[in-house]
Amino acid sequence: MAAELLKIEHLQKSYDSHVVLKNLSLFVDEGEVLVVVGPSGCGKSTLLRCINALEPVQGGRILLRGRDIHENEKNLPKLRQQIGMVFQSYELFPHKNIMDNIILAPIIVQKRKREEARQEAMELLARVGLENRANDFPRQLSGGQKQRVAIVRSLIMHPELLLFDEVTAALDPEMVREVLDVLLDLARQGRTMIIVTHEMQFARAVADRVVFLDKGKIVEESAPEAFFSRPQTERARRFLDTFSFETVRKSG
Amino acid sequence: MHFSDIFLKLWHAGLIQKGIWETVYMTVLSTVIAYLFGLPLGVILHVTDRNGLRPLPWLNRLLGFAVNFFRSIPFIVLMVSMLPVAKFIVGSSLGNSAMIVMLVIAAAPYIARMVESSLQEVDTGVIEAAQAMGCNNFQIVCKVLLAEAKPSLITGSVIAMVTVLGYSAMAATIGGTGLGQIAIVYGHQRSKPDVTWVCVLFLVVIVQIIQAVGSVVVRRSDKRVRQ
Repeated sequence: MAAELLKIEHLQKSYDSHVVLKNLSLFVDEGEVLVVVGPSGCGKSTLLRCINALEPVQGGRILLRGRDIHENEKNLPKLRQQIGMVFQSYELFPHKNIMDNIILAPIIVQKRKREEARQEAMELLARVGLENRANDFPRQLSGGQKQRVAIVRSLIMHPELLLFDEVTAALDPEMVREVLDVLLDLARQGRTMIIVTHEMQFARAVADRVVFLDKGKIVEESAPEAFFSRPQTERARRFLDTFSFETVRKSG
Repeated sequence: MHFSDIFLKLWHAGLIQKGIWETVYMTVLSTVIAYLFGLPLGVILHVTDRNGLRPLPWLNRLLGFAVNFFRSIPFIVLMVSMLPVAKFIVGSSLGNSAMIVMLVIAAAPYIARMVESSLQEVDTGVIEAAQAMGCNNFQIVCKVLLAEAKPSLITGSVIAMVTVLGYSAMAATIGGTGLGQIAIVYGHQRSKPDVTWVCVLFLVVIVQIIQAVGSVVVRRSDKRVRQ
């Protein structure tokens, strides 16, 4: 049995009086790929933002290897280094070139040697096919390329857990593939990941386990095959139906 | 007498050169010193804001009040009211050292607000990205906030310097020197408008140079646009 890496217990999150996550409990094992799906506004992104404390929580605990992330602000930078996060809109630093975007945190946070960080950055860039763009600035890259750089930027920190927040939602259809291929590759390497996505085919292919979230609650939690072919709840069935279309044939 | 004759007379007397030097020296030195106070103050205002990296409402309100207090006093009134302060700091309420004190007192709060607004332009998304990578607040301020706001900060410094140049001419009314003094004392008070116009000409040239150099530096530092 794989060890438990992340454990969420009775998480409560609200903005003023609006409750976003209700008594949510969840775990992620080492090496597991968890895919979170659900309608927009169901709290998927908020869940990820709570996991690395970008959002304060109103109740419950989030434990990374048994250490509470929200317990002590002093430990936060240390814990966050173990959690990589990739955002929907990339969030690359626009005034830094690709190399400097990637090596900023290794150098100032992990105090690594510049040369060593550059070398690893080049290796990682080569893995995503961008080794010749190191000296370019973000504005010179396409959306798909920027997102691959953002993934490299989180990988270089050697995080134990990777969070992907709708990383293809802002991309043109043709660029979605190049980013998803990188994620599939990471899954094959046995990385622990939580992926929030609207790409159902991809979810089915990459997930070890699927969590369906609606109105801040886990409605369904199962293996991908079971979830996509035999959803247990009416709510999940309706959600999945929105992704399929009936063929329209015009007679005559 | 022709305009050029006036100009040559002033030039040969060395008056214009001295005026230009004094104006440039006062402007640059005052702006630099004002930034030593205004930049950290602007950073603190931004960081301690309700939505900042380290919200501290009481400190934010206190500093905000102090900044607004000094900014609401017209410069010419500020100068006369701060004479004792200048005397306390540089030992005299006359001369250019005293003027620099006044200019710094006037410019620092103004600069703080401009720095604050430049920092507000930095996308919160990249700040969150830095937090997610484990950067602490100090690292975010130094390596992300200030770095990403650089073009806007430089634009602000050009505006600040031109404003300080304008203030420095006003300092002539209470004994400051420079082109402003030549224009007011030699031109206005001795009824020689030509002398005033020579000063105007050089003030315009100085401002144009500051603006032109500033624009080039801003364009070079802005990586979001084609160079």
